[in-house]
Amino acid sequence: MTKSILALLKKDLLLELRQQHSLYGILLYVASTIFVLYLSINNPEGEVWNGLFWIIQLFVCVNAVAKSFLQESKGRMLYFYTISGAKEFIIAKLIYNIILMLIMSLLSLGLFFILLKNPLGNTLQFIGIVCLGGISISLVFTLLAAIAAKAQQNAALMAIMGFPLIIPQLLLLIRLSKVAFGEIFREGALMQLSLLIVGLDLMVIALSIILFPFLWKD
Amino acid sequence: MRKSWWKILAAVLLIYTFTAGFLIKVPIIGNLKETIRNLFFHVPMWFGQIILLTTSLVYSILYLRKPDLRHDIYASSFAKTGILMGVLGLITGAIWATYTWGEPWSNDPKQIGVAIALLIYFAYLVLRNAITDIDKRAKISAVYNIFAYFIYLPLIMILPRLVESLHPGGKGVEGNPGLNGADLDATMRLVFWPAVIGWTLLGTWITTLNIRIYLIRDKNLLNAK
Repeated sequence: MTKSILALLKKDLLLELRQQHSLYGILLYVASTIFVLYLSINNPEGEVWNGLFWIIQLFVCVNAVAKSFLQESKGRMLYFYTISGAKEFIIAKLIYNIILMLIMSLLSLGLFFILLKNPLGNTLQFIGIVCLGGISISLVFTLLAAIAAKAQQNAALMAIMGFPLIIPQLLLLIRLSKVAFGEIFREGALMQLSLLIVGLDLMVIALSIILFPFLWKD
Repeated sequence: MRKSWWKILAAVLLIYTFTAGFLIKVPIIGNLKETIRNLFFHVPMWFGQIILLTTSLVYSILYLRKPDLRHDIYASSFAKTGILMGVLGLITGAIWATYTWGEPWSNDPKQIGVAIALLIYFAYLVLRNAITDIDKRAKISAVYNIFAYFIYLPLIMILPRLVESLHPGGKGVEGNPGLNGADLDATMRLVFWPAVIGWTLLGTWITTLNIRIYLIRDKNLLNAK
């Protein structure tokens, strides 16, 4: 099982590196969005900065993750079907999307620092939260991308389905990030919030693994 | 008669809710005054909504276990009535809020929560309409329904407890986010629980009518096998 997961993951990563146009496409998307922000809002306050950052993460994720299933043609899916199981396939996709999203998140954070200054009190803590957030968002959108791909719809359907579903996690993340801006939290509240997000992530992983096999067969 | 006892029960309970709900003596708490009577209408609608959506979830799981189009019809009909109950709960809540909080919408975490919940289930309807193949639609919407339900539940169960709210049960306030059971006066409880059952039964009744229409419409599809 681990072997086929690794093989599928390797295939996705190799494909990403060889078909560079899609990777550069997302990179350019990240860069130009943040540049537009830089031009329209100069020196935003902490709260605005925080909100903008997470909204950008959301849009980057929709674009980056959407293609992970849309790019697989029907014939290729049939091929995967013969060589691996549904569980291996979705686990490989989840890991691949996490890696992709982590890179994009950290990159956009870097761009935010360069263009929109750094209003953070505790940068290291925020980087940790960004990693957690990147993982959470990409997990939710992986299964949604699978659903949207099956419905033969484009990213529009994914946004309709995904935005309401991601709000709980996004609100928790925005709340949690305030700690890096120097807001003092109640004793234990920080731990509680982080554990809640991790708990939600674990639930999403479990649901993806349970539900994907039903989408897989046609 | 034997099959329709629960419909009669629903009508009786709702007549009881409407008469007793407006006539009994209610405790006067703070600025709630007489608006507390809305408790018999607003809160049971949310109870009903959660019960109907849970039933919809059960039918979606059943569909994935055994692909029978009837389960799909049941799941979507229960979800639709759940949405209707949610909209009614939102409206009754807005009316209540106008008189107690001063405005219909005050960005209370629970108001935001239910707005998101409605968006999630509207997306379910959009998804269903976007797919033309019947079997595919049933399967994909079942998967989305299950996924959405398990995100919807933490949204209304956990989040409201973490933040300040005008509703009972927010941060620093004792009790359940939906309803503070300990606060409920004994006479109010006598009306409240029958009201919950009454509204839920009415929702089920509406759903069964809807299901029957769909079953007749798709008669040929269902009997083709």
